[in-house]
Amino acid sequence: MNDFDIWLYWLGLAVVTIPCGLVAILGLSALLGITLSETSISRLTQAAVLASLLPAISILILMLATGRRFVPIELGNWVSIPEVHFHFHWKFIFDRLSVPFVILALVLCGVVGAFTRRYLHREEGYHRFFLLYSLFLAGMTISALAGTIETLFFGWELVGLSSALLVAYFHERELPVRNGQRVWSVYRLADASFLLGALLMHHFAGEGDFGTFFENAAWPGGSIPLSQSQALQVGLLLLLAAAGKSALVPFSGWLPRAMEGPTPSSAVFYGSLSVHLGAYLLLRLAPILEASWQLQLIVIGIGGISAFFGSVMSRVQSDVKSSLAYASLTQVGIIVAEIGMGFYYLALVHILGHACLRTLQLLRAPTLLNDYHAMENAIGMQLPDSTDWLAARLPSSLKRWWYRFGYERGFMDLILDSWVVHPFVAAFQLFDRQERRWTNWLSTEPSRESDHIEHHPESTERVA
Amino acid sequence: MPELHFPWLEFSILTPFLGALVVWWIGDRQIARNWSIGFCFVALLFALGEWIDFSMLGAFEAHDHWDVITFLFHQDVFVIDELSAPLLPLGALIYLVTVLSTLRTKASRFSFAWTLFSEAIMLATLSCRTSWMMIVLLIVATVPPWIEIKRRQRCTRVYTIHMGLFAGLLTVGYTLLTLGQDLPGCTLIAGALISLATLLRSGICPLHCWTTDLFEKATFGTAMLFMTPLTGAYAVMRLVLPIAPDWALHWIAIASLITAVYASGMALVQSEARRFFCFLLLSNASLVLVGLELVTPIGLAGALCVWLSVGLSLTGFGLTLRSIESRIGRISLQDYHGLYQQMPGFAGFFLLTGLASIGFPGTIGFIAMELLVEGAVGVYPIIGAAVVVVAALNGIAVLHAYFRIFTGRRSTTQVSLQARMPERVSVLLLTVLIIGGGMVPGPSIASRYHAAIELGRHRHVNPNGEPTVDHEHLEDRHPEAVSP
Repeated sequence: MNDFDIWLYWLGLAVVTIPCGLVAILGLSALLGITLSETSISRLTQAAVLASLLPAISILILMLATGRRFVPIELGNWVSIPEVHFHFHWKFIFDRLSVPFVILALVLCGVVGAFTRRYLHREEGYHRFFLLYSLFLAGMTISALAGTIETLFFGWELVGLSSALLVAYFHERELPVRNGQRVWSVYRLADASFLLGALLMHHFAGEGDFGTFFENAAWPGGSIPLSQSQALQVGLLLLLAAAGKSALVPFSGWLPRAMEGPTPSSAVFYGSLSVHLGAYLLLRLAPILEASWQLQLIVIGIGGISAFFGSVMSRVQSDVKSSLAYASLTQVGIIVAEIGMGFYYLALVHILGHACLRTLQLLRAPTLLNDYHAMENAIGMQLPDSTDWLAARLPSSLKRWWYRFGYERGFMDLILDSWVVHPFVAAFQLFDRQERRWTNWLSTEPSRESDHIEHHPESTERVA
Repeated sequence: MPELHFPWLEFSILTPFLGALVVWWIGDRQIARNWSIGFCFVALLFALGEWIDFSMLGAFEAHDHWDVITFLFHQDVFVIDELSAPLLPLGALIYLVTVLSTLRTKASRFSFAWTLFSEAIMLATLSCRTSWMMIVLLIVATVPPWIEIKRRQRCTRVYTIHMGLFAGLLTVGYTLLTLGQDLPGCTLIAGALISLATLLRSGICPLHCWTTDLFEKATFGTAMLFMTPLTGAYAVMRLVLPIAPDWALHWIAIASLITAVYASGMALVQSEARRFFCFLLLSNASLVLVGLELVTPIGLAGALCVWLSVGLSLTGFGLTLRSIESRIGRISLQDYHGLYQQMPGFAGFFLLTGLASIGFPGTIGFIAMELLVEGAVGVYPIIGAAVVVVAALNGIAVLHAYFRIFTGRRSTTQVSLQARMPERVSVLLLTVLIIGGGMVPGPSIASRYHAAIELGRHRHVNPNGEPTVDHEHLEDRHPEAVSP
């Protein structure tokens, strides 16, 4: 390793470890009950983002200057059992995909961190927000730079947890909490699919290192040691994971629910970064897609349908954040379709542009009416009605149907609830009733004290 | 057999036993509580000493220095090996933090003497190598919870029937195995009876109803202490694994997997926190059994690692629930309680331990769960997929419970519900272990893998101690496990 490589190594290490350090500081202070002031939290966060961003930009400049397109940072095995070829290898890669994405993540997180400082000023959950924000930042950085599938999974999970808990940020109200639970449930299933896909990849190829797996070719090149059917199996599982994370059809229902969180988290998570993570996964695994034309077709199909549904639904939402959420879905769907068609650079540029635009729109969302008034004052008249060409020519019954379809969010939550959640819950409630009957019979008396407990024993009214 | 440098095992068993006698005669509950903490702490120190001493020996198994029982009975009764070495301090730690976090207001309901007695029995069971002695200890361990249920004037029938069946099957099975070795088919029947008994003790579906009944009727602490050390899984390892053929183990793995899926589904629909915890524990304990019965080095190593992570994380999880329950009473999950503002520390710890139990990154369970899934995928991909689904369902259940207990409304109380100092100490201790084990998983994984390999080698050793290791068969499947 020459001096230049050593520099790259330390810069790369700084990009990854500084966000993790922020998690450690904020987490430990919460655990030990140490109260940090708003100013300290905010400055720490800004310093961490900057300290992570500058090395990332430095690496980009060095890569451009030297023409290197692939910089691996090897941290070695976290765990290794050589006899059974099990290892958890920490490796990060800086290439044409990861560098723009990690810089995007750090820039947007920095902007949103600065915005939040004032937005959540004197909020009870200020510390909690920044703790989850730091977890998200660490997860995004790890995911973006991951050089092995297991490292990517590690970051992926951190992003999922922080996202779900931030949806439920206003946790003294029931609705955000319910929505947080919904987001978490979808994420857990997506994570399960990811883990299975990753293990299957290990199982088929004996390798989870992207560099070795793609024969050390620079992104998006490379071929994979999988047959077409193996690529299809692995790809389908990872596509399912990506669909869950990016709210593609049929998991789109969680996206507007995620807007229950505070505006900064909606902007950075569901408008710009988290929602693109699924697309990023597909980009990273592009050679797998290329190994199976069936998989490519499915990716194009899911992307196209998501884009269409998102477009319909975004037009009829009654609140601006939901409308923006579905507008995001439309663009993410198009990005996924682009990936399916093999336009990887276009998809990457699309992600960068869309993420920045959507962050800006969502951060401005709370002042939308004010902005409209300003625009109308500026042009001296009301904003023109924007009825589009196709809508004007559709029969009114069809328009009503599409309106209903869009307003009910494509009935996707309804279908998932009716076909998956309710039968599942009903089946286990039936088992529970059978268990009660069985233990009652054995006891020859009502066996469950828990049937008669108070719903709110903590209530002060009870004491009064 | 190699020898430890001190009679750690005997001292670690004797300490809580003596403690039980001392505490028995102390009338004042507060003093009894303080003495109990002291005895549990000393027992933990002995157990830790045993683990460290054993690790330094580098042997597969060892017995005590100045082994009085061996001297008296000319038989190695208490032996430590790679399987039990970390389980003893884990068990002692579970008892210590449980006793430590028992609030003074609840000291009158929780029997410290019986708890110390149970600890002595548990440590003896984990140290015991003689099968008959182990069976006796397993049966004796069922008595203290029974006495507590009886004292609380609750119906004991469900518990009595199941534990009676357990004791009967175990005794008959082992008698058949010992006396009827020459009779055709006798070993198979004996093995089936012993397997059934140990699975019953582990709470395998549909023989699990006693577990929820225990959580309903005993104190939370007693029920937790009876279940979280996973003594049932230990009995499977000691009594079933050495004698059962591979096909039987695979069937047990499937039964365990069904239980894991069933329990995780049931955890999602429970309307009360104790029952929810019970099913979560059953689900995780069944995952341990799945790995144990795969009998591959990686699956076994995964199961042993999950065992430790589940022991630590679900103890912490249960203690949090118990602490909340001791403040507000039985916790309904039918509605939101919004207790976050009142007890943010407990909320954080609840989340941490719950996530650790499902193998969330950065916690002790992460690599353990990866190992287990990889081991399962290697044998039957469908089992691996089911294990992942179970972890996903448990994850949903954990966050569901978190939201129900700590969020959803603004709760106000007239008194502080914050954690007391002993509770904070327990929480911090477990947090350090959970996160520390998650950050530096290498040593524990290496130790558990080595134990798995050695257990694989010692498999097929019959109850009378005659080594019949099927090296050829083992080598066929896992050449790396047998190669020198």
